[in-house]
Amino acid sequence: MMLEVRKLTSHYGRIQALKGIDVIIEEGELVALVGANGAGKTTLLRTVSGVQPASAGAIWFDGRDITRMAADKRVAAGIAQVPEGRQVFGPLSVEDNLRLGAYRRKGENPAGDLERIYTLFPILKEKRNQAAGTLSGGQQQMLAIGRALMSHPRLLLLDEPSMGLAPLLVAEIFKTIQELKKLGTTIFLIEQNATAALSVADRGYVLETGAVVLADSGKALLTNEQVKQAYLGM
Amino acid sequence: MLASFLQFVFSGITVGSIYALCGLGFSIIFNASHVINFAQGEFIMIGGMATVSLVALGVPLPVAILLAILATMLVGFALEKFAVEPARKASVTTLIIITIGASIFLRGIAQELWDKNFHKLPPFSGDQPFLIAGASLMPQSLWVIGVTVVVIVGLGWFFNRTLEGKAMLATSFNTLAAQLVGVNTKKVLLMSFGLSAMLGAIGGIVITPITFTNYETGIMLGLKGFSAAVLGGLGNGMGAVVGGLIVGIAEAMAAGYFSSAYKDAVAFIIILFVLFFMPSGLFGKSGTERV
Repeated sequence: MMLEVRKLTSHYGRIQALKGIDVIIEEGELVALVGANGAGKTTLLRTVSGVQPASAGAIWFDGRDITRMAADKRVAAGIAQVPEGRQVFGPLSVEDNLRLGAYRRKGENPAGDLERIYTLFPILKEKRNQAAGTLSGGQQQMLAIGRALMSHPRLLLLDEPSMGLAPLLVAEIFKTIQELKKLGTTIFLIEQNATAALSVADRGYVLETGAVVLADSGKALLTNEQVKQAYLGM
Repeated sequence: MLASFLQFVFSGITVGSIYALCGLGFSIIFNASHVINFAQGEFIMIGGMATVSLVALGVPLPVAILLAILATMLVGFALEKFAVEPARKASVTTLIIITIGASIFLRGIAQELWDKNFHKLPPFSGDQPFLIAGASLMPQSLWVIGVTVVVIVGLGWFFNRTLEGKAMLATSFNTLAAQLVGVNTKKVLLMSFGLSAMLGAIGGIVITPITFTNYETGIMLGLKGFSAAVLGGLGNGMGAVVGGLIVGIAEAMAAGYFSSAYKDAVAFIIILFVLFFMPSGLFGKSGTERV
């Protein structure tokens, strides 16, 4: 088991955002987490990456308890998060953004990794010397994913990668996600676009007001009446 | 005519260099934490005073300078660790007031540890002035300007060419994203205080043979450095340098052509005017970012 989240709770001040979450991700899996706005999806991801503290419960990664580990150490341990809204370093160049992705692997030559990212996203190579803030939304999303991949993550956390993108770009991002899975990256994907997410996922979880209400294979969830009504608009 | 003009320019650039170093110190800490560290002037004072004491104890000047810089950096680290870090969750205004408190505390310690008198250092390489078109340029001025240039080039290299420097910049642009690529943002904050203390100390040491130093030196130098940083656009390194030189030269001109009594006022008046018309400073953030 690569990631095991057990009875995890988290608070913003006195407001409880996560109410005892159990999630399991096996090596090589693509797991989707769907749910409405405010269900706690982003909070769960932030708690796994360590930028949001857990109040109780535990997070195990690779057989290690990382519940109290600092966020920067979790990157070194192999967890990389692509945050909601891209969060690229706007004034820095595209290439600097990517190099910073490899911050935890300093000493190693990142040239090969840069080439790998540029093969995956050729547009980034074209714009390598431009300030990241001048890229379009879709290009920034590719950059955010590329930056996360530069750390050689064993577990990639994706927060709403399709948000605010044109349909054509959404398709491209999802194609990339499937490619990454084929390359062996374990992926935990958060999406409001439940149809797209569940169609590519091995398994899925449905989150409602801070608790998991359904867990099944991606296909099964897609045809689940409850999910269809609540999230797929059918 | 030309001679006196040139003379004012020389003295303006000399003192402006110190404002630039001090302004850079403000900018580095501001970038890392959005805190305006009003103890920045005290770093200048500690650098100068510590060198004076060490030299008085018989330590050779270069060693004394090195030790004084290290000591000031330790004060910077301590300031972050024991005054700013514990209050990290407080508002930025609270943190700024904490730095004002720290500056008063440091001045008090300095007054006790040393005294209230002015102290001086010998010029690094004699006091035989160079004569240029009738204006005299002291060798110590060349030290001040040269050291400032070296420090600025060094900082430029650090922030633009090294991964550590870029990680510090990245933290200032987006702390969350910096954490997510594995930057220890707490360490960046600590580093920023150490670096700013180093800049302050260096400025304080090279200027001491010209202006002398005492426990209160940091107040005015700190305010002028702050003005330099604001004038150039708070958080902008190049802006702090240009701002420092503008404040320094304007001040020297005012002192030379009007009266040295107006010297300090002129600097602050310029800043008021610039801020009326360009609230984010000369090199304030432009809108290249797309979300």
